Amino acid sequence: METLIAVLVGILFAVGTYLILTRQMLRVILGISLLGHAVNLLILATGGLKKGRPPLLSENGAAFADALPQALILTAIVINFAVTAFLLVLSYRTYQKYGTDSLDDLRGNDDE
Amino acid sequence: MHFFLFLLGIPFLFILLVPILYKLFNPRVHIGWFVLAAPVILFVHLFRFLPEVRSGSVPVFTVPWIPSLGMNLTATVDGLSLLFGLLITGMGALVILYSVYYMSKTRDALHNFYIYLLLFMGAMLGVVFSDHLLVLYVFWELTSIASFLLIAFWYERKTSRAGALKALLITVSGGFSMLAGFIILGMISGTASIREIIAQAGELRGDPLFVPAMVLILVGAFAKSAQFPFSIWLPDAMEAPTPISAYLHSATMVKAGLYLVARLTPVFGGTALWFWLVSGAGIVTLLYGSITAVKQADLKALLAYSTVSQLGLIMSLLGIGSLAWLYENEALASAFAVAMFAGIFHLFNHSVFKGSLFMTVGIIDHETGTRDIRRLGGLMNVMPVTFTVALIGAFSMAGLPPFGGFLSKEMFFEGTLKTSAVADFGLDAFGAVFPAFALAASVFTFVYCMIFVFKTFAGKYRPETFKRKIHEAPPGMLIPALLLAAVTVLVFFFPDVPAEWILRPASLAAVPASVGRFGEISAWHGFSPPLLMTAGVVLAGVLLYRTLEKWSPLYRHYPQKFTLNAIYVWMLEQYESLSRTLTDRYMTGSARHYLMYIFLFFILGVGGFLLASGGLGADLANDAPIGLFDAVVVVSIILAALTAAMTNNRITAIVALSVAGYMVVILFVIFRAPDLALTQMVVETVTTVLFLLCFYHLPQLEKRMEKPKFKLTNFLTAAGVGLVVTLFTLAAFDHKLFKPITAFFENSYELAGAKNIVNAIIVDFRGFDTLLEISVLTAAGLGVYTLVRLGMKGRDADETE
Repeated sequence: METLIAVLVGILFAVGTYLILTRQMLRVILGISLLGHAVNLLILATGGLKKGRPPLLSENGAAFADALPQALILTAIVINFAVTAFLLVLSYRTYQKYGTDSLDDLRGNDDE
Repeated sequence: MHFFLFLLGIPFLFILLVPILYKLFNPRVHIGWFVLAAPVILFVHLFRFLPEVRSGSVPVFTVPWIPSLGMNLTATVDGLSLLFGLLITGMGALVILYSVYYMSKTRDALHNFYIYLLLFMGAMLGVVFSDHLLVLYVFWELTSIASFLLIAFWYERKTSRAGALKALLITVSGGFSMLAGFIILGMISGTASIREIIAQAGELRGDPLFVPAMVLILVGAFAKSAQFPFSIWLPDAMEAPTPISAYLHSATMVKAGLYLVARLTPVFGGTALWFWLVSGAGIVTLLYGSITAVKQADLKALLAYSTVSQLGLIMSLLGIGSLAWLYENEALASAFAVAMFAGIFHLFNHSVFKGSLFMTVGIIDHETGTRDIRRLGGLMNVMPVTFTVALIGAFSMAGLPPFGGFLSKEMFFEGTLKTSAVADFGLDAFGAVFPAFALAASVFTFVYCMIFVFKTFAGKYRPETFKRKIHEAPPGMLIPALLLAAVTVLVFFFPDVPAEWILRPASLAAVPASVGRFGEISAWHGFSPPLLMTAGVVLAGVLLYRTLEKWSPLYRHYPQKFTLNAIYVWMLEQYESLSRTLTDRYMTGSARHYLMYIFLFFILGVGGFLLASGGLGADLANDAPIGLFDAVVVVSIILAALTAAMTNNRITAIVALSVAGYMVVILFVIFRAPDLALTQMVVETVTTVLFLLCFYHLPQLEKRMEKPKFKLTNFLTAAGVGLVVTLFTLAAFDHKLFKPITAFFENSYELAGAKNIVNAIIVDFRGFDTLLEISVLTAAGLGVYTLVRLGMKGRDADETE
C-alpha cells in the first residue's frame, strides 16, 4: 500500500507541476490544490498505513494508527485552504483589473 | 590615547571644524588659512622624530580598537613612514597655501574642498603609519574615496565625473585584490601585524599561498601607483583642481603603492617573481609613460604621463633593490642596496619637483585660462618667476645637473647596469632590457621636459590669443612653488643632508641588513658609465627635440583601437552589454520560466543527490496489503487529476478536482484518520463553492493550445518531478532510522484528559501550531476581504485612470 501511495503521490505531483507550468492562473491554482493533496498523502504514508485502530482511546484493539502525522496534516489542510482561498480571490481581482488571466500577459513593466 | 596617535587624527578633527569655520568666516576669510594649521602642526611634530629615527630606534604607539580581533591602531615610526609622513604633511602645507590663492572664495565650495583634502591627508597618514594590515587597508580605501571626491570636485563637468569614476573603479578593484592578498598573508603568517610578519618572513617562503598573496598585493599596489596597465586612471584624474593633482596625483597618493612595495620588500624581496613583477612593471611603465607623455597637448596630461613614467622608474628601482636580499656577497648586496636607496631618493626628488611643476601649470592655467601647449608660448618675459620654477623642475625631472633629479637618475642608471651584470633570475639573458629601456625612456623624458618648458615659455609671445591680460601670479601661489624649486636645487648641492637624516633610515625599512651599504651620493664620480649614459641622453634628446615636427606625426599611426583607454572603455561596454544580455536571457519576466528553473533544479538537485548518494531503494516487505477498494480509490484519484489537467471546460475541471478531493477523504477514512476525513470533506466542499464563485467571474479555460514544443517541455518537467518525488518517497520509506515518538502521545488521557489523540496533539501537546494556523486563516480572511473591498472602490478609480 505504501508503494502504491508513493506512486500516487508522484503522479499527483506530476499533474500538479504540469498544471502550474501552464499559462492560465486558474490552472495554476488547480495544480497547487493537487500538490496539497499529494503532500498530505505523503505525510500520512510516512507514519505507516492501515496499522491498527483510529487514534481514539475509546477504541479497542491492538495498536493505534500514528496520530502525529494526522495532526500535522490537519494543520496543513487548513493552511492550504486559507492560501487557496486567497489565491482564488487574487486571481479574480487580477482578472478584473487587467482583463486577462494569462501569465504570459502579466509580465510586469519593462523598466523594472 | 597616546598623544602621537591623537596628532595623526588631527586632519579628521579638522574635518569637523571646517563646516563651522566656513559658516562663520566665508567669504570674509579664506578658510584655507585655518586648515593650513593641520599639516603644519603635524609636520613640525614629525620633524622632531628625525633624530630618534636616525639613530635607528622605531617608536611604536598603540591604542586598542577591536582588541578581540587583535585589531589595534598601531603606529610605527620608522624611516620609511617618517619620510612619507613628512612628504604628506610638508607637501600638504604647501598645497593648502597654494590652494588659498588658487581656489576662489566665492565660486568654489571651499568647505567641501578642504573636508575632502583633510580626509585624504588623514587617510594617507593612516596608510603610512599603520602596522596592522587591515587597518592599513581601511585607510587605503579612504584615500581612494577622498581621491574620488576630489577628482569630481567640479561635479557639474562630465569629464570630472568620468575621471573620478574611472579612478575609483581601478583603484578600488586593485584595493580589493590587495585586501585578498593581505588576508592570505595574515593567514599564512598567523598575524596581521606588518612587523611580526617581517620577523617571520623567511618561514613564509615555502608556503603554497605565498605567491598568490604576493601577486594579489602587487595588483593593488600597481593599480594605486598607476603602473602599466592600470595607469589609465591617472591622466583622467587631471580633471581635479590643480592643487589636488599636485598633491594626490603626483606627490602622495600615487606613491602609496610604492610605499607598500617598499614596506613589504622584507617579506617578498629576494624572490624571482617579486623582482620580475616589480621591476618589470616599473620599467615597462617608465618607457610607456615617457613615450606617451611626448604626444600630449595638455600640460596636465603631459605631467600625468610623466608621473606615470617616474613612478615606473621608482618601482623598477624598488624591484632592483629587492635583489639586495638575494646576495651575501658584500659587493653585490651593497650595489643593490644602493638601488633601493636610489628608489627612495628619487621618490623624494620626484615629490618635490613634480609638486612644483604642477603648481606652475596651475599658475599658467590660472593666469592665461588655458593649458593647451599649442596655444601657449613666449611666457618667459611675462612670468619670469614661474618660468624659473618650471625650468628647475623640468631639468630636475630630465635628470640634468645641477638639480636633485640628476643624482637619482645617475643612481638609477647605475642600478640598471648592475642588474644586467648578475646571473640570477634569468638576468644574464634578459638583464640588458633594463639599461636599454632606461636609456630610451630617459631620452623621451628629456624630450617632454623640453616640450614642457620651451613650448610654454619660449617662442613668440602672442597676447592676442589670450582672453585676459597676462601677468605674474600672486606671491602666495609662487612661494610654495619656489620653496619646492629651492629644495630641488639644494638637494643637488647638499644631498647628504636629507640622505643622512631621513633617506637612509627610510631605505633601511626595505633592506634592513644594509646599514652602511648605501654609500655616498656624489654629483661627480668620474667618467663612469652612468655619466656617459646621461650625456648620450642629452645628445639624443636634443636631437629628437629639434626634429620633433618631423617624427611626432608618427604617433598618429598608432591604431586608436588599441590604446589602453579604448580597451578599458570596450571592456566596460562589454561588461555591461554581456551582463545585460545574460540577464535578459533568463530573467524573462515570465513566471513559467522561473518555475521551470525551480523544478529543473529540484529534479537535478534532489534526483541527482538520490543517485549520487546511492539512496535509491524500495522496501516492499512491510507494505500494508492493497485491497480492491483501495485500488479503485487510487485509480479514481489519478483519473480525476488527469481530467482536471486535460479538460478545457472549467466546470469539468472543478468537478474533477472535487472528485479527487473527496477520494482523498475516502483514503483518509481507509487509513484510520476520522478527523482528517471530516476536515477534508468540509474544506473540499467550501473550496469547491469558492471555485464556483470565482469561476463565475473568470473566463472560460483557454482553448488555445500551448506551443507544442513548450508543452513537451512542460510534460517532461512534470514527469521528472513526479518521478523524483516517487523515488524519494520510496527511498524514505526504505530507511526507517528511528522509532516513532507516537507512543508518548498515546498517554493523552493521562496527560491531557483527552481520548481523541489527534485533537489532544492539536490543542494541547502542540497547541502553538494551532494558534498560528488560526492566525493564518485570519490573515487570509482579512486578505480576501481587503481584496474584495478594494475591488469595489477601485473599479471607479480604474476607469478614470
